[in-house]
Amino acid sequence: MSITPVSSPHAHDHSSIYRIMRHVCFALLPCTLFGIYIFGFPALNLFLLTIGSAILFEWLCLRLMKKSTTRLQDGSAVLTGWLLAISLPPWAPWWIAVSGAFIAIVIGKQLYGGIGQNLFNPAMLARVALLISFPVQLTTWPMPQESFLDTGFLDGLAITFNLAPIPDGATGATYLGALKTELGNNASAVEFASTQVRNSDALLGFSAGSLGETSALLILLGGIWLLLMRVITWHIPLAMIGTVIGLSALFNAIDPEQYAGVSFHLLTGSLLLGAFFIATDYVTSPSGKSGQLIFGAGCGILEYVIRTWGGYPEGISFAVLFMNALTPLIDLYCRPRIYGRSLNGKPKKYNAPLADAVEQES
Amino acid sequence: MLFSLFRGGVHPDGFKELSANRRISKLPIPGRLYVPLRQHAGTEAIAIVNVGDQVLKGQLIGRAGRGLSAPIHAPTSGEVIAIEPVVAAHPSGYSTKAVIIRTDRRDQVYPQPALVDPFIQDPETLAKKVADYGIVGMGGATFPSAVKLQSAVGYEINTLIINGGECEPYLTADDRLMRERPDTIVTGSRLIQHIIKAKRVAIVIEDNKKYAIAAMRNATEPYRDVDIVVVPTRYPMGSAKQMIQVVTKKEVPAGKLSTELGVLLYNVGTAYATCECLMENKPLVSRIVTVSGGAIKQPQNVEALVGTPLSYLIEHCGGTVEEPARLLMGGPMMGLVMPSADAPLIKGAGGVLALQAHEINQTESSPCIRCGRCVSACPMGLLPLEMANRARSQDFDSASEFGLKDCILCGSCAYVCPSHIPLVHYFQYAKGEISQKNAAQKRTEYTRELSEARRVRQEKEAAAKAAAKAAKSKRRKRSATTTD
Repeated sequence: MSITPVSSPHAHDHSSIYRIMRHVCFALLPCTLFGIYIFGFPALNLFLLTIGSAILFEWLCLRLMKKSTTRLQDGSAVLTGWLLAISLPPWAPWWIAVSGAFIAIVIGKQLYGGIGQNLFNPAMLARVALLISFPVQLTTWPMPQESFLDTGFLDGLAITFNLAPIPDGATGATYLGALKTELGNNASAVEFASTQVRNSDALLGFSAGSLGETSALLILLGGIWLLLMRVITWHIPLAMIGTVIGLSALFNAIDPEQYAGVSFHLLTGSLLLGAFFIATDYVTSPSGKSGQLIFGAGCGILEYVIRTWGGYPEGISFAVLFMNALTPLIDLYCRPRIYGRSLNGKPKKYNAPLADAVEQES
Repeated sequence: MLFSLFRGGVHPDGFKELSANRRISKLPIPGRLYVPLRQHAGTEAIAIVNVGDQVLKGQLIGRAGRGLSAPIHAPTSGEVIAIEPVVAAHPSGYSTKAVIIRTDRRDQVYPQPALVDPFIQDPETLAKKVADYGIVGMGGATFPSAVKLQSAVGYEINTLIINGGECEPYLTADDRLMRERPDTIVTGSRLIQHIIKAKRVAIVIEDNKKYAIAAMRNATEPYRDVDIVVVPTRYPMGSAKQMIQVVTKKEVPAGKLSTELGVLLYNVGTAYATCECLMENKPLVSRIVTVSGGAIKQPQNVEALVGTPLSYLIEHCGGTVEEPARLLMGGPMMGLVMPSADAPLIKGAGGVLALQAHEINQTESSPCIRCGRCVSACPMGLLPLEMANRARSQDFDSASEFGLKDCILCGSCAYVCPSHIPLVHYFQYAKGEISQKNAAQKRTEYTRELSEARRVRQEKEAAAKAAAKAAKSKRRKRSATTTD
């Protein structure tokens, strides 16, 4: 019998990176399919192009760096492409998809050393780079359609490949964007929320927005699936959502004319998508539980601050990137307490039953 | 009873049903026994028999070595045919000195002194007998039991914990022992209690062992200070530190012994062996071992003599259904890979497992994705991912700082790692390097001390010589004057 010496354990819970990625993709399916349904063929094109180019760039990088291309099978490139696609405006042109995938995979991930090494969430890095470089394309929001086929296949191709301009009537503003404009015109937040926002639409997702962010309900469904499958724990999402709820309730109570209420902040934009799918990225968030709470709360605070006082209507990607940068620091200071040691690492002290020993010594 | 459970831990599949429902069978005496002289933590025992000697069951064949050590006895009667290195029950595949006995299958017992009721004997005498009869910890650590008993001297021991956790998957040896011989275990526990003067005994059993709990409850009925404590099933419940935490709600301070908390912990198998030693005059020469795993035809528990080749054990259990992907001694979480089936059974082996490839699920490791599952699973509150990173880049001091020195090598982290990183491998490597470095440093210091001592001695000698010379010349002078 020939046996190579190997260390214990000789058992495994059968988890793998591929399985984790598969669970996350599965959890993203409902909100993604819904987004593709209401935004039609251009959205489908964007989705396929982003993921396709993410896979292509990953493959190219692995080849160039002479790493085994079997790494592709872990599914992480697919997930990065997927997250990027659903955080883009659904009718974004092909070159946004391709350059976004390039930034995410090549600059955001492989240049750092590949999977597990990147400091920033690749999808968010790409999104922010695109937003700053191409603000027009990144803020052109089509309104939801009645049905998938409202924009035909050929029209969809024309939109994706810039062959025809997007008809003026087809676009509009997101809820968050509209609020920002209204507040700029000295309108009241409370009035805006009650007249312009239908909570049922925001909950179900019949509104303008990024490809996968519109349906709060379906995102929540996916998030619950991730929690049940133990892919993520409650710490980051709860801290993040809880912080936004707390802040929006507080400021809304102080001045409802200026500050929108809890349900508005909760159901619009990509707070839920960010809390369940983006901030929870393993590589770029703290590995300990207390660190995750701080990280989530930090994301929540920044998100609220940017939405309310910042120049952009939505701030998830900035908030997450900022907290990504703090992750190593958080990890350094939020270590779990070691068994048999106090928090500062010194051995624990008890009033030990040493009576006899002391007597013997004296 | 309310528990503050320990942090982290994992729930591996038990596979206990493979072997839990069959009675312990007695393994026939094999033709040859390969009895290693080192089956315990500490130094090798020193052989006191010669090739050609006839030995009897229970006869001392190796006296305890220097320092921490334990003696070795003949497991059965027969003739010593060689004292030479055999393949050791260790992954490295190195050899260990063993007394090889050709058995005569008569199992004649070496005459022992007359029995005295141990409960009326004083603790020191009993502790000495436990030492002389080669009792070591049967849970796997094989720490000489008598040393532990003596460590209690000077401490007020509140609780003696008898560890019936058996949290390793597959293993059911302790479970069967508790079901079939509960009275012996309870008597053994009470004897240890008597020796260390413990106020109470807590026999701790995981809640997945219903029958064992019932049998042990029954056996402890008459004794008011012996309790059965049922704890939830979670790995590594059977680890001393975690079990102490669960029972006493206190943590053993880093770098200290459990006596610091007024607690001492023994395995149920050790309690059993202690009873056999003190009540029956039997040295430790056999043990209950679980032979199991997907590759074993008839998984079961057998009572086998120490020194029995593993291949003989496996053969007795129907052999294998296919070439096992891995042969282990101990459980799958902390067990050691056996270099060959020729390795002999030793005192600390609770299990012999022949596992198939799908049971091990070993695949090539991929980079860490920092998912933090290892951090959540670590029962010691360490950061396995950080420790492994630093161990891999040879930064051992930093690895130590991230908790390597507190690591109990339980393997929970590697068990849950989705990247299949061999974390324990890194930790063992780093621990080895650190202890080597420390040993080298100690050696250097020792050399320096020696040379310093030599210098002092030489100076002293020179001074003495000079003094003697002076005295001699003085004497000569004086004698010269007197003879004149």
